[in-house]
Amino acid sequence: MNFSLSPEEILGGAMIVAATFYALMGGADYGGGVWDLLAFGSRAKQQRETIAEAIGPIWEANHVWLILVIVILFTCFPRAFSAISIVLHIPLSLLLIGIIMRGSAFTFRTYDSHKDNVQRFWGRIFAISSTITPILLGIIIGVISSGDIIVGPGVDGTSGGVGTSSGIGTSGGIGTIGAVSDGFGGSPFYNVYVQPWIQPFPIAVGFLALSLFAYLAAVYLTNDTKDLEVQNDFRRRAIVSFFVSGAIAGGVFVLAKTEAPEGFQDLVNAFPIHIGAAISAVGSLVCLFKRHFRLARLFAAMQVSMILWGWALGQYPYLLRPDLTIRNCAANPLTLNLVIAALVVGAVLLFPSFYYLMRIFKLTEKRDTKEAVADSLSP
Amino acid sequence: MDDLFMARCQMGMSLAFHIVFAAIGIGLPLMMCIAEWLWLRTGDDVYHELAKRWSKIAAILFAVGAVSGTVLSFELGLLWPHFMEWSGEIIGLPFALEGFAFFTEAIFLGIYLYGWNLVPRAVHLASGVLVAISGLLSGLFVVLANGWMNTPTGFKIQMPSGFKVHMPVGVGLPGGAASNPIIVDPITLVANPDFNNPLGKPVAIDPVAAMFNPAGIPEAVHMLIACYAATAFMFAGIHAYCLLKDKRNVFHRRAMALSLVVGAVMAIVQPLTGDVLAKMVAERQPVKLAAFESLFDTKEGAPLLIGGVPDVANEKVNFAIEVPHALSFLAYSDFNAKVKGLKEFPKELWPNIPIVHYCFQIMVASGMIMSLVSLWAGVHYVRRRNMLDSKAFLWALTACAPLGFIAIETGWMVTEVGRQPWVIQGVMRTKDAVTPMPGLAVPFFTFTGLYLFLAVIVVWLVYRQVAKSPVVHESLGEPVPPSEPVSEDRSEGEPILPSEPVPEKPSEGES
Repeated sequence: MNFSLSPEEILGGAMIVAATFYALMGGADYGGGVWDLLAFGSRAKQQRETIAEAIGPIWEANHVWLILVIVILFTCFPRAFSAISIVLHIPLSLLLIGIIMRGSAFTFRTYDSHKDNVQRFWGRIFAISSTITPILLGIIIGVISSGDIIVGPGVDGTSGGVGTSSGIGTSGGIGTIGAVSDGFGGSPFYNVYVQPWIQPFPIAVGFLALSLFAYLAAVYLTNDTKDLEVQNDFRRRAIVSFFVSGAIAGGVFVLAKTEAPEGFQDLVNAFPIHIGAAISAVGSLVCLFKRHFRLARLFAAMQVSMILWGWALGQYPYLLRPDLTIRNCAANPLTLNLVIAALVVGAVLLFPSFYYLMRIFKLTEKRDTKEAVADSLSP
Repeated sequence: MDDLFMARCQMGMSLAFHIVFAAIGIGLPLMMCIAEWLWLRTGDDVYHELAKRWSKIAAILFAVGAVSGTVLSFELGLLWPHFMEWSGEIIGLPFALEGFAFFTEAIFLGIYLYGWNLVPRAVHLASGVLVAISGLLSGLFVVLANGWMNTPTGFKIQMPSGFKVHMPVGVGLPGGAASNPIIVDPITLVANPDFNNPLGKPVAIDPVAAMFNPAGIPEAVHMLIACYAATAFMFAGIHAYCLLKDKRNVFHRRAMALSLVVGAVMAIVQPLTGDVLAKMVAERQPVKLAAFESLFDTKEGAPLLIGGVPDVANEKVNFAIEVPHALSFLAYSDFNAKVKGLKEFPKELWPNIPIVHYCFQIMVASGMIMSLVSLWAGVHYVRRRNMLDSKAFLWALTACAPLGFIAIETGWMVTEVGRQPWVIQGVMRTKDAVTPMPGLAVPFFTFTGLYLFLAVIVVWLVYRQVAKSPVVHESLGEPVPPSEPVSEDRSEGEPILPSEPVPEKPSEGES
């Protein structure tokens, strides 16, 4: 067997690696916002402070993984970027609003007045947008794997014209675009721009993303505090969200069978990775029960990574099911190779820097860091 | 409403919003690092305080800049999918590099902001320097990509079968109809703007040549210097205003002096980089150059207009002051050079002349005022006069605070509106790039409302940071931060010092 990878496969892989980092780190930052929203009881304030300290120094760096995914997509697979941007205009715009509100509100809370009402206002916006954004991310992932968006050959045979099975489509400058209509009524606008993502399957994937991010955050947060009671709070939350995300994952699996049949078959074929995810899940749960929080963090990260990789392997070689693949969307070889070279050089510079950032804020003795960070922020 | 117009409004609004944060994100880290370096070198704690306070402002602005920049990277596809589909593989490389620069910036900004007491001082300063350098590189890469839209290079265009070339002989193409496939060099399209074929396919793509397109470097240098000048002048102005209220406050003195030095150097260099850029525009985008100056008729020894109201219907400019032969000289280094007027080109290829003309005039005027104020500061310095004694100078500096940003905003209007109707000069029209999605007024108004809200909050938060400035009077070396925690009702700048009389020193102009 030949295991050599083509440039487009390497770049597809790079996108998945970046997406994995985004899920593990950026995703957990969103999850932190979810727990901010759900903070209750006598220690709600301490819970919120732990969350803010945990994500403060790192969320901006974590956010850049998403930009990396987008940049690789539009440079190396421009046709897929174009088609996705057209059909998913509405959920992508909503995602952007969520991203803006989350980042701004978090920063405003840090630097605005420390009066309770002001803090509550920004905290609420931060928490709500942290909850909505992952759902939209999941919806977008769900649509591109659902096979509901048909992209026909364009006028010159390269650019994407996208059409619906029922012949409904909207003319663009270069081609036409549309989505599979399930015999649904509605205006052409609704059929093309709304209906593909207002479906049970993508929405279920949205909630799966939300629950996984919340789960990751809770597991990480057990490592981010020395306060035993707060740690117990997050431990309980981690265990609850473990089962919630498990249940939603089951629901997505069942829905995929009818709603995304082709994707479902490929998903099933990627079963070795699902077994890995299951083993990690069990490991993480056991560690949570036994209070091995560092190990739980590692297992939880592996679990979420493997869920993502299982999806990616099932999706391969598609970027947008059923028509766009990493092959028929690939840019010219020179561009692909230059981007690979940039990624290699970038990784050599980036990973040590990233590790250094994490070592300062995440891997050192907690109490010292906490005080020093608080001191850095003092007026 | 017209969707194309709405898409352009949304893109323009998003850029106009983001660019303020991007510019400060490039300029402020430099000033922060200089302050920290001065602290380490002199041991003067006022500089430490200054670096810390500037870094907090940087934190607020960087966060909003990061999210608004993310919006732009998505909007390229949401609003202009056909542009991205066509040119992503040609011009994506600088965006990929920018991604890495942004990454470095975010990582080391995290260390800089939160790590004052966690890393050694030298490492802390080095993190700041990395933030400054990566900010500079981010700006460079993004502007290189914009340069490509003005002077597209690094690819050729393969025309669809049946396409007839109707171009004059001698521009690198066979005249008249030619056999297929026809491969066209985009340079010939730029030279012959009466041409449009979005259905051609890009071939022979060389992303490196595209990145180092002719407009890229001059545009980037002009923009980066503008970022430093605008940021430094804004802070110089803010602290000059504070000094008008409390002349003896060493914190504001140091802050103003440092900002003024950075701003003055940049503002004095800027006209030169603008000149280089204008010469490039004259050569590559003659329509745009003519629009800058509302030059309707081709002229030898064309005058430079100052001010003026373009009357497009009658193809003339009213009320302008003319500097004879100056435009020919500035564009071609020859007082009698021939400058092509707008009438040489079909009207449908004209940008919106009044907008380009007014914006260009405002940009140049803002830049010139900043240069003159810088020279004024230089005169003070050479004559060893204390700038603080000149109320007129402090007021002038205060008035200059927004000028750099006015120049940046209008400058971008000039370059973007001046390129219309093209999204890629001579190759693809903006109307052929826009998304087919209808109802674009909705996202435009949504994002505009959101950004207005954020702008108000950011201004308020920066005001809060400045208002919390410590009151440090000369005789009492130690900086005195406001009482902790800063109570919300304490009035701004209220001295927290013992009421003993503070002797005024006569001269400390260069501090």
